[in-house]
Amino acid sequence: MNDAKTPTAFWDRTMIGLSAALLVLLIVGLVLPQWALSFGTVGVYLGIVVLGMALLMRTGLVSFGQGLYYCLGAYAAGTLDHFFNLSDLLVMVVAGALLAGVVAGILGLLLARYRDIFFAMLSLAFSMILYGLLVKTSQLGSTDGFGLSVKTFAGIALSGGRARYLIFSFACLLGFVAAAFMHRYWSSHLGRLATAIRDNELRVEYMGESVRRVIHLNYVISATLAGIGGALMAGAIGHVDPETTANWTTSGEFVFIAILGGTGSVFAPFLGAGIFEAVRTFALERFPNTWQMSLGITMLLVMIFLPGGLWSAFRARRRTA
Amino acid sequence: MATILEAKGLSKSFGAVTAANDINARIEQDSVVGLIGSNGAGKTTFINMVTGYLKPSAGTILYQDRDITGMQPRRVTQLGICRSFQIPQLFNTLSVYENIRVGVGIAGRSRSAPRQSEPEARAQIDRLIEDFGLGGYRTQAAGLLPEGVRKALDIAMAVAGRPRVLLLDEPTSGVSADEKFRLMDMVMSALAAQRVTVLFVEHDMDIVSRYTHRILAFYEGRIIADGEPQEVLQHAEVLRYVIGEQLHVSAGKEASRAAD
Amino acid sequence: MTQLPAVVIDGILYASWMFIIAVGLTLVYGVMKILNVAHGSLYALGAYTASTFVAYWLAHGHAPVESYGVLLVAAIVVGLVAGLLIERGLLQFMYGREEIVLVLVTYALFLMLEDLTKLVFGVDPLLISEPYSLLGNLQLGHLIYPVYSIVLVAAAIVVGVVLALVINRTRKGKILRAVIHDREISMAMGVNVSRVYLVTFTVGAMLAALGGALTAPTTSVQPGIGAEVIVLAFAIVVVGGLGSLAGAALGALIVGLVRSAAVHYAPEVELFSVYVVMALVLIVRPKGMFAAAESRKI
Repeated sequence: MNDAKTPTAFWDRTMIGLSAALLVLLIVGLVLPQWALSFGTVGVYLGIVVLGMALLMRTGLVSFGQGLYYCLGAYAAGTLDHFFNLSDLLVMVVAGALLAGVVAGILGLLLARYRDIFFAMLSLAFSMILYGLLVKTSQLGSTDGFGLSVKTFAGIALSGGRARYLIFSFACLLGFVAAAFMHRYWSSHLGRLATAIRDNELRVEYMGESVRRVIHLNYVISATLAGIGGALMAGAIGHVDPETTANWTTSGEFVFIAILGGTGSVFAPFLGAGIFEAVRTFALERFPNTWQMSLGITMLLVMIFLPGGLWSAFRARRRTA
Repeated sequence: MATILEAKGLSKSFGAVTAANDINARIEQDSVVGLIGSNGAGKTTFINMVTGYLKPSAGTILYQDRDITGMQPRRVTQLGICRSFQIPQLFNTLSVYENIRVGVGIAGRSRSAPRQSEPEARAQIDRLIEDFGLGGYRTQAAGLLPEGVRKALDIAMAVAGRPRVLLLDEPTSGVSADEKFRLMDMVMSALAAQRVTVLFVEHDMDIVSRYTHRILAFYEGRIIADGEPQEVLQHAEVLRYVIGEQLHVSAGKEASRAAD
Repeated sequence: MTQLPAVVIDGILYASWMFIIAVGLTLVYGVMKILNVAHGSLYALGAYTASTFVAYWLAHGHAPVESYGVLLVAAIVVGLVAGLLIERGLLQFMYGREEIVLVLVTYALFLMLEDLTKLVFGVDPLLISEPYSLLGNLQLGHLIYPVYSIVLVAAAIVVGVVLALVINRTRKGKILRAVIHDREISMAMGVNVSRVYLVTFTVGAMLAALGGALTAPTTSVQPGIGAEVIVLAFAIVVVGGLGSLAGAALGALIVGLVRSAAVHYAPEVELFSVYVVMALVLIVRPKGMFAAAESRKI
C-alpha cells in the first residue's frame, strides 16, 4: 500500500527488477542444459497465464475457465502451422492473443454481470463447452489433438541446437513485456479500480464508474494473456489437445498457481509457476500417484498460513531484513 | 433562488408496505436541508430514489430541470449528485489515501469536466485529507479505522466527486456525542468554499437546528412539515411523531452549553 | 420420432443417477454455502469401496443377492467416516472465510482425495457386474432395459422423498431450514449450528458415496470418475438452483433429457450439451448487482 508521494516513475523497483531478471535469464540461458531451458519456458508461459488470473483475482473474481483462452491460443497456434503452414511463433502468439481477446470480448459482455460462485461456474461452463466441442471434432484430432512445429520467431530461424534456447528467450521476452504491462496497469487508475471493486462494488458505482466496464476490460486482458500463454505452450511443446488445455482441471491448475504465488506483485505468478512446475516434474517422476495430493496439501497450507501466497512471505522477509 | 432538485409526487411501495407516499419537495441551490423523521419514515428511501438505488413506483425527480427518475446511480453521480452512507461504504483493504484517490480519480476522468492532471489530483486528495481530519490515518487501512473516522472518510469520498448536490445519510450516527459537532463543522467548512447544496438525514435535533436553513420532516412515507427549523421543530405533528421527548431534553442541553 | 420413448426413458434413467449424486451437493451448499468440489471424490470413494467390498464378499462364497446390502453398507460407512473426518478435521476451521475460499479448500481436498483413492485402491479399473446382471432385463415394447436401472430410479425417488419429508415435516428439518435462512439468527436462537453443519455435511458425503456405490456395478470404476462427475453435478445444481432439493430433481431431469436427446439425435454435441444448458440457465437466472429482489444493503 504505497502512498505515492512522488510521481510514479517508469523505472521503479519492479521495472528494474524485471529488466534485470530478463537479462539474467537471457545470459544464463546460453549455458543451461536443454531440460532447464524447457523447464524455464514452461514456467514462463504458465506465469503469463496466471498473471492474467491474478488480475482477475485482484478484481475479486476467481475464474475456473481460463483454460478456454489457453486452449484457444494453443489451437490457434497449432492451426496456423498444421493447416496453413504458417510456422512463425510470433505470428502464432499474436493470433492466439487476438482470438482469445475477441472471444473474451464477446463472452465478457455476459460474464461481467456475474460474481463469486456464479462467475466461476459460468466460466467453467464455457471452458467445458469448448472442451466438448474439440473432443468431438475429428478434424482437430479429437481427444488426441495434433502436433505442430515452429520454424521461426519474427523471421529468426528456430533450427538446430539453439532452438530451445531461442524459444526460451522469446518466452522470457514475452513474459517481460506482459509483466511490465501488468505492473504499469496495476499502478494506474484502472488498476486501482480493480481492488476497489473487489472491496466495495457498490461504492465504485456510486462514485460514477461502471463496474461492469472495468470487469469486462480486466476479463479481456486476462484472456489475452492466457491466449498468449497457450500459443507459447503449443510452440514449445509441439502438441495441442483438449485435455491439457480446455478441461476444467487445467483451469484448476491455474487457480492453484495463482494462490501459490499470490497476487501481490507481477513476479508472484512466475514464482508460483516455477515452483508448481518444479514440484510437478519432480513428483510426477517419483510419485506419479501422489503428486496431486502434494498439490492439494500445499494449496491448503498456503491458504491457511499464507493467504497472500508465497510472495507475501518473501516480501515480509525483505522488509524485516 | 434557483431550484436545483425537485421531487414531484414521489412514491415507493414494496408490496403492501408504503415506504414513500407522494413526496413533493423543491430544494434550492446552495441551501442546507435537514431530513428528519423516525426510523422507517422514508428519509433513506427518499435518498435512495434520488440517487437511483431504488426506482420510484410513481413520481418524478428533476435535477436542474432534467428528469433523472430511475437513472442508474452511476449516471446520477456523474451528473453531480453524490451521497454518503448510513453504514460507511469504504474500500476496507485500501488505505485512507487510496480510498480518496479512487474517488478523485473517477471524478477527475468524468466526461463532464476536463481531465484532471496528476498534480491537481494529488492536491485535491491532500486537501480532502486535511479538511476531514484524516491526516493521522493517511496510510492506515480503512477497515481498521475507528467509526468516527470511517464516517468522515465516507463523507470525504462523496465530496471527492465534486458534487453540486451532496446527500448525507445520517452523517453523525454511530459517532460519539462530543464528536458530532466536530464532524459536522469539519464537513461544513470543507464545503464552504464550493457551491454545494447539502441534504442530510439526522436524528439529533441540535445538529439539525444548528446547520440547516430548512427542514423536511418525514412520517410514514409522507412529508408532514417543510420549512425553517424554528417552525418545523415546533410543529405539532413533528413534535408528536418525530421528536417526542427529545426537544425538551435538548433545550436543557442548549441551556447548559450556553452556561459553560 | 420413434426414438422419443427411448429418449425419455434414457433421460429419466440418467436423471435418477445424477439426482442421487447432485442432491447431496446442493444440500451442503444450501445449508453451509459451500460448493464442495470434493463431492466428486466422495462419489469415487463410494464406488471404489463398494466394488472392493462386493468383490470380497462374493469371492468368499456369499450369495450374490447379499451384495446389494454390502453395497449400501459400504456406501454408508465410507460416507460417514469420510464426511466426519473432512468436516471436523478441516472444514470447521475454515467457516467464516469467503465462499470462494471454501470452494478452493474443497478443490484442494479433491486433489488430495483423488490420489488417496489411487493409493488405497490402485489404478486398475474395478468391475463388479453381479449386482447389475443379477436382476436381468426388462422388456418395454421393443426396448430392453436392465432391471437394475429401474432400481436406480426407485432409489432416487426414495432418496428424494425421504429428504423432502425430513426437511419439511420434522423438527430437525425445521432447524435445518432456519439455518439455511439465517445462520446467525439461528445461533442466537440456540441452534447448535456447528452440529447442523456436521450432520449436513456427513449426510451429503453419504449421499455422494451412495451414488458412487449404486453406479459401480454399471461401469468400470477407475481413476478420474470423480472429476467427470463433479462437473456434471455442478451443472445440475446450478440449473436447478443452488440449495434447492426440488431444483436438484428438476435440474437432473433437464440435464438427463437434454443429454439423452443429444446422444440419440446429435451425438457430436453430447459432451457439451450439458454445459450449454448450464450456461443458458445461468444466463437467464442469476441477476447482477442491483437485483430488485435483494434486501436493502444501504
